[in-house]
Amino acid sequence: MPAKRIIPCLDVKDGRTVKGINFVGLSDVGDPVELGARYAADGADELVYLDISASKEERNTFTRLVERISERINIPFTVGGGISTIDDAARLLDAGADKITVNSAAAVNPQLVTDIANRYGNQFIVVAIDARQIEGNWIVTTHGGSRPTERELFSWASEIESRGAGEIMFTSMDHDGTRHGYPCDTFAKLSEMLSIPVIASGGAGSAEDIARVLTEGTADAALAASIFHYGEITIRDLKLQLVKYGIDIRL
Amino acid sequence: MIAVIDYKMGNICSLGNALKRLGTEWQLTADPGIIKKASHIILPGVGNAAEAMDNLSKLKLPDIIRQLRRPVLGICVGMQVMCRHSDEGDAECMGIFDARVRRFNDDNGLKIPHMGWSRIGNMESKLFKNIDSGTYVYFVHSYLAPLCSDTVATARHGVMFSAALRYENFYGTQFHPEKSGTAGERIIDNFLKI
Repeated sequence: MPAKRIIPCLDVKDGRTVKGINFVGLSDVGDPVELGARYAADGADELVYLDISASKEERNTFTRLVERISERINIPFTVGGGISTIDDAARLLDAGADKITVNSAAAVNPQLVTDIANRYGNQFIVVAIDARQIEGNWIVTTHGGSRPTERELFSWASEIESRGAGEIMFTSMDHDGTRHGYPCDTFAKLSEMLSIPVIASGGAGSAEDIARVLTEGTADAALAASIFHYGEITIRDLKLQLVKYGIDIRL
Repeated sequence: MIAVIDYKMGNICSLGNALKRLGTEWQLTADPGIIKKASHIILPGVGNAAEAMDNLSKLKLPDIIRQLRRPVLGICVGMQVMCRHSDEGDAECMGIFDARVRRFNDDNGLKIPHMGWSRIGNMESKLFKNIDSGTYVYFVHSYLAPLCSDTVATARHGVMFSAALRYENFYGTQFHPEKSGTAGERIIDNFLKI
């Protein structure tokens, strides 16, 4: 088994990082390339950049940013946000992205997953699933959790695996932003069911939360934003703590 | 000048950028004349081994590559097509390394592809100068070259397999040095110094 991965997520708008504190020695915390390079140097195993812009012009800004990221960053990086066609995927691949992530677009049009996987390989597509519990069932949601779909988490995860997704990134909208940890039993069930890696997202408030989702939840990777951006814990310190839990971590 | 062989197998952005960060001049080419004159030759590759061999054959490159006497580095599928055969698409390959590439066995719930950071060990090549045994490098592959007489580094995913191969002036890494952080850049730099 490869080492468990720690993945900081950077939200980008108009080519600038949305969150982030001023690290010592970092000249421009708003520059996604500088911040990503800092995380890479600090021990991040991968980076995820999410474009939260709305307009087409801003998308072009993001594509140019992806080119700059590729020039600078020496670890794998995934980009997402607003990918709804195979052409969007192609544009980001050509700009140098290692992987892309699709979320709502996959839930609306599952064929997109098949098409991207067939054309560019399974390793290129990470499908993000947002879900929350409604009357005891995990229901897939879109648009930041605001719109429930008719899909159920486990059957949907299975479907996208069979359509060729290379990884699944699952966020519980009941836990996201709470900083009270992850639903570990749900992660364990997903991970057991699937033969592709599962990335845990949303809910981390502490190193212990991340340790639990990687052990009890058997997730392959943990993605986090705010605990890194606000400098509560550095990636290096988090990884040192995870090693103490006996987790295989790249230091 | 370094030649990166252009045979339409995946994106070479990352490799090109890694070479650029090392301050190296490189050219993407399928021209046998340029390839023969290059100081170092890199055969990248993402995708399917059979398709990779088809593309190389259409460009009449397998014989050119086999006859090179300068350092050659195959990366991932680029390394696999330098082996004898790949079970991926039942492809007869270049036969430089004495290995038969096969798929990971998915018994025991092993996740395939092997994707992520794994440790390498048993390194016996100039490629790994100043790289410690147990260093993590980045892999993405579903097929593996078993251990053989050309193995110069090993890694484990369910089974032990060849993380790197070497035969005379030919080198291959199953992992992606261009995605393996500072350790990976050092490995590319070591190659360029051979």
